[in-house]
Amino acid sequence: MIAALWSQSPALAELFPLFGALLAGVWGLYRPRYSSPIAIASLVGSLVFALMVVCRVLAEGSLRYRMGGWPGPIGIEYVVDALNALILPFIPGSALLALWYSRGLIAEEFSAKLPQFHSLYLLLVTGLMGMTVTGDAFNLYVLVEITALASYALLSLGGGRAYLSTLNYLLLGTIGASFYLLGVGYMYIKTGTLFMPDLFARMPDLYGSPTLTAGFILMMVGLWIKMGLFPLHGWLPGAYTDASTPATCLIAPLVTKVTVYVMIRIMYNVFSPHFVFTTTTWSDVVPYIAAVAIVAGASLALIQTDFKRMLTYIVVAEIGYMVGGAWLGNTAGLTGAIFHIVVDMVMTLCLFMVAGIIALRGDGSIESFSGRFKTMPWTLAAFVAVGLSVIGIPPTGGFFSKWYLLSGAIEARNWVFMAALLFSSLVAAILVFRVVEKAFFGSLDEEHGDHGHHDHHSPTESEEAPVGMLIPLWVGVAVIFALGIFSGTLIEKLITHAMPPGLF
Amino acid sequence: MVSLTPLLAMLSSLAAVPLIALSGKRPNLREAFTFAAGITKLLLVLSMLPVILAGETVTYTLWEILPGLAIRFRVDAMGILFALVASSLWIVTTIYSIGYMRGLKEHAQTRFFCFFALALSATLGVAFAGNLLTLYLFYEILSLSTYPLVTHHQDKEARDGGRKYLSYLLASSIGFALPALIASYLLAGTLEFTGTGFLGGTASPAVLTFLLLLFVFGFAKSGLMPLHGWLPGAMVAPTPVSALLHAVAVVKVGVFSVLRVFTDVFGLETLKTLFISGIKAATIVAVLASITILLSSLIALFQDNLKRRLAYSTIGQLSYIILGAALLHQTAVAGALSHIVMHAFGKITLFFCAGAIFVATGKKYISQMVGLGRAMPFTFAAFFLGSLSVIGLPPAGGLLSKFYLILGSLRGDEGLFMIVFLVSSLLNAAYFLPITFRAFFPGDKAVDEVSLAGIREAPLWCVVPPVVTGLLSIALFFFPETVFRLASLAVGAGGTP
Amino acid sequence: MVEVVEKFSFGIYLVLLLIGLWAMIGKRNLVKKVIGMTIFQAAIILFFVSIGAKDEATIPILRNYYGPDATPINPADYANPLVHVLMLTAIVVGVSTLGVALSLIQKVHGKYGTVEENEILEKST
Repeated sequence: MIAALWSQSPALAELFPLFGALLAGVWGLYRPRYSSPIAIASLVGSLVFALMVVCRVLAEGSLRYRMGGWPGPIGIEYVVDALNALILPFIPGSALLALWYSRGLIAEEFSAKLPQFHSLYLLLVTGLMGMTVTGDAFNLYVLVEITALASYALLSLGGGRAYLSTLNYLLLGTIGASFYLLGVGYMYIKTGTLFMPDLFARMPDLYGSPTLTAGFILMMVGLWIKMGLFPLHGWLPGAYTDASTPATCLIAPLVTKVTVYVMIRIMYNVFSPHFVFTTTTWSDVVPYIAAVAIVAGASLALIQTDFKRMLTYIVVAEIGYMVGGAWLGNTAGLTGAIFHIVVDMVMTLCLFMVAGIIALRGDGSIESFSGRFKTMPWTLAAFVAVGLSVIGIPPTGGFFSKWYLLSGAIEARNWVFMAALLFSSLVAAILVFRVVEKAFFGSLDEEHGDHGHHDHHSPTESEEAPVGMLIPLWVGVAVIFALGIFSGTLIEKLITHAMPPGLF
Repeated sequence: MVSLTPLLAMLSSLAAVPLIALSGKRPNLREAFTFAAGITKLLLVLSMLPVILAGETVTYTLWEILPGLAIRFRVDAMGILFALVASSLWIVTTIYSIGYMRGLKEHAQTRFFCFFALALSATLGVAFAGNLLTLYLFYEILSLSTYPLVTHHQDKEARDGGRKYLSYLLASSIGFALPALIASYLLAGTLEFTGTGFLGGTASPAVLTFLLLLFVFGFAKSGLMPLHGWLPGAMVAPTPVSALLHAVAVVKVGVFSVLRVFTDVFGLETLKTLFISGIKAATIVAVLASITILLSSLIALFQDNLKRRLAYSTIGQLSYIILGAALLHQTAVAGALSHIVMHAFGKITLFFCAGAIFVATGKKYISQMVGLGRAMPFTFAAFFLGSLSVIGLPPAGGLLSKFYLILGSLRGDEGLFMIVFLVSSLLNAAYFLPITFRAFFPGDKAVDEVSLAGIREAPLWCVVPPVVTGLLSIALFFFPETVFRLASLAVGAGGTP
Repeated sequence: MVEVVEKFSFGIYLVLLLIGLWAMIGKRNLVKKVIGMTIFQAAIILFFVSIGAKDEATIPILRNYYGPDATPINPADYANPLVHVLMLTAIVVGVSTLGVALSLIQKVHGKYGTVEENEILEKST
């Protein structure tokens, strides 16, 4: 029994949310109350099997799982190695935390649409997990679009301005996905296969071909649009800001980061370091684009007055970190990029959780943080803890991903990218401490009395977020610190094995 | 020797934080926890002293955080010297804090004591750090944990001071120290302190010089100009904070880190041969430190706010230590190390007195203190002892460390810098001695008896600590053996500097 | 001959692609944007299908397999079926996207009373 589950774990990790989605959607229509427990149960199941996959990869090395026993190009084959095994458990894990956190909000905001909401929620998770484990370039396209469709629907549930910003996202997202599909077509013309290991094996003979180069460019541009790399990020701030808290807490941490993973997968396991950095002549430009993305994201974050919108620009900057790291062309940079994918997932999750709490208690502007250290100490303390990771203070996870990214930049002698990383750390410090200052000091301009008393903001115990929101938030904070403390182990056991041969 | 003791010594005040936080409603219990933690910490540090004096080191590896790089403690003579100062003065400061905070009925005292304990843990972490990464880790924790202490008053002035504080410290540590750290790791493949340095010969002199400057400016807690602006700004903090953190813990962590860079990252021998276009790299640092010393002393001369004058004096004295290190001679480095101790005792006394005056009279400005000596004789006597030590006059400990600094500059054939020490000592005397003098002898500016009426010594909690530390800094003149033994052990000179 | 046909269809695909892209980016009317998106997707479908196109090719099913005159099939004789299968999936994806897009436009129209982007932006500020 255990052995069977063990061997089927890659499929089960994905089937749980898939069947959960069906169950929540269909049975939930008759018993709406059950849709939430179904969602939680299937995410827990998915998480358990995802962790089992990690254990298997640690024990056995990379896995090939064949759906229904059909091998390779004909059947659907999953390829799980050190790279996606690391990311896999974070998807259901983050979704589970987000769902736990937003249970109350969902019951309140979507009381009439509980089954639909949970069904979409689980479909999105299914799509993301599929993107992570699939070994087929075309399946990947379908899964990207499943994810995208679920996220369009979820984001638009925010109502109001969300409709228009989601439509904007839909149009750009479709362009991105179509570019990717075109790239797949170009590869198919040349190689006659869509199965990633076969592609990887057949392509070296064809590296000179302009068709392949065109396909590669199309795929990359498509993915960059999907992940919101500056200056292709136009859809991101609006779509994430206008959406409801439960939707952003699910989507913002996961979708863009999994897309970054897909980019790394395509670059190194479909194409190869040799193709990316030797055959392609323009690859050194990308870290500079990433540097621009970082600086622009950070600067735009600086001028925002709305907290959630500020966070979306931080997401834009962080995408620049990962893209730059992956394109530096050395192991340190790639290690940093991969490690940052998981760190940034948890960081973004926690930040948007804080944003949700603040939106619940005020209008969500940075101004509304005023004096909240006194009334919401746990929320604010969590924010400070996450903020340390965003800035990159040891021993948080953010410090170590930045460490590797900076090492990569120095090794590649890419001073511009290094300067951009440092600049964004400093901007992050300003962003975090601007909020902390607001929360710690209150609005000083109206104050004339004795120091340290904020009577105009009558402190009440009830302002603190409900425990059901605080616990997931603090679990996230704990994970950020755990990622930092165990970064050495994680990198040694998993990420080192994810390094493609030929990268130095 | 491998032992848990350094970890425990670091943790003892951290473990007290939740206890302090939970006993917030019972102040006496709360302060008892602080004392217990302080005494435990001191005893743990003292327990390692015999081993260190025997010339050994105590190490403990916590966990490997990056491949080949661990969070690691390594207690050597240099570390324990600093740890002894910080942990012993913490106890005295706690006594003083109780008097000060209760005397002024400050708000949020629980928060104050919590973060104070946290800051002390970070300080010991820096002192016992076994590699540059561990040092950086605790360095950053210290910057952040002292922010709520600096901004304790939560008013506009505190906000501005706190803003300055964090922006200087974080910008320098992230902008300069972190890249230098990573570059060193990439060059040398290690960041472990061994007492001899690991960067020697790993890169061209230009790169190494650049790294040296990055490090020196990266650890901006050392207050080297032009990155000194945060220290006067941080004077908005309650006086116990200024006393322990901004005369001892925080600023000394800065110079301690710089010293580590000189002795354990580069190594004195490497630096002696590190020239860039004919100029010794260390000389650049020495010149910067000299400029800082002279300028800050001049600025201090014109400050009327007592705490600001003390702050500028601190900036100058910190650069003595950097200058001592940059002279690259064993005697000078030993002098620099012992100056960490001597200056700590002297300066904390001065800050205690400033706070005691404020508690008793509410006066912050030196011009208001004329004649106060008669009403507050103990406080001003202690102030006098403290200023003796900082100026470097007998019979105070400061004389000895300055003596070795000057001796080192002569032995290292850097006689020019001796003049810096001498001139600045004169300036020190010029801005300190008049304060005491005019407090006791107001002269023809006859002090209105009425203005002194009702002014009495501050509460005992506030007066005893400065008297004790003042006397201790005199005692250090007569019994300096341990300090100098440790200092000379640290520079590898055996028994005597 | 094959090459001319291929290049001809590739040319059409490029033209369609650009028309679609232009409509999606250049048009202010949301419905027109979505029409552009459909053209864009159709172009890609055309491209894929034309990869598999072949002159005189037959459908990939077995002929006379069970009879006495059973002939083995030469793969070179039939058109590549895989691209068609792929495009079936892509069409499904495209239709779903179109459905979501249209329902979003409906919602936007319900809220602002217009589907002109510049008018919506005026109203929302």
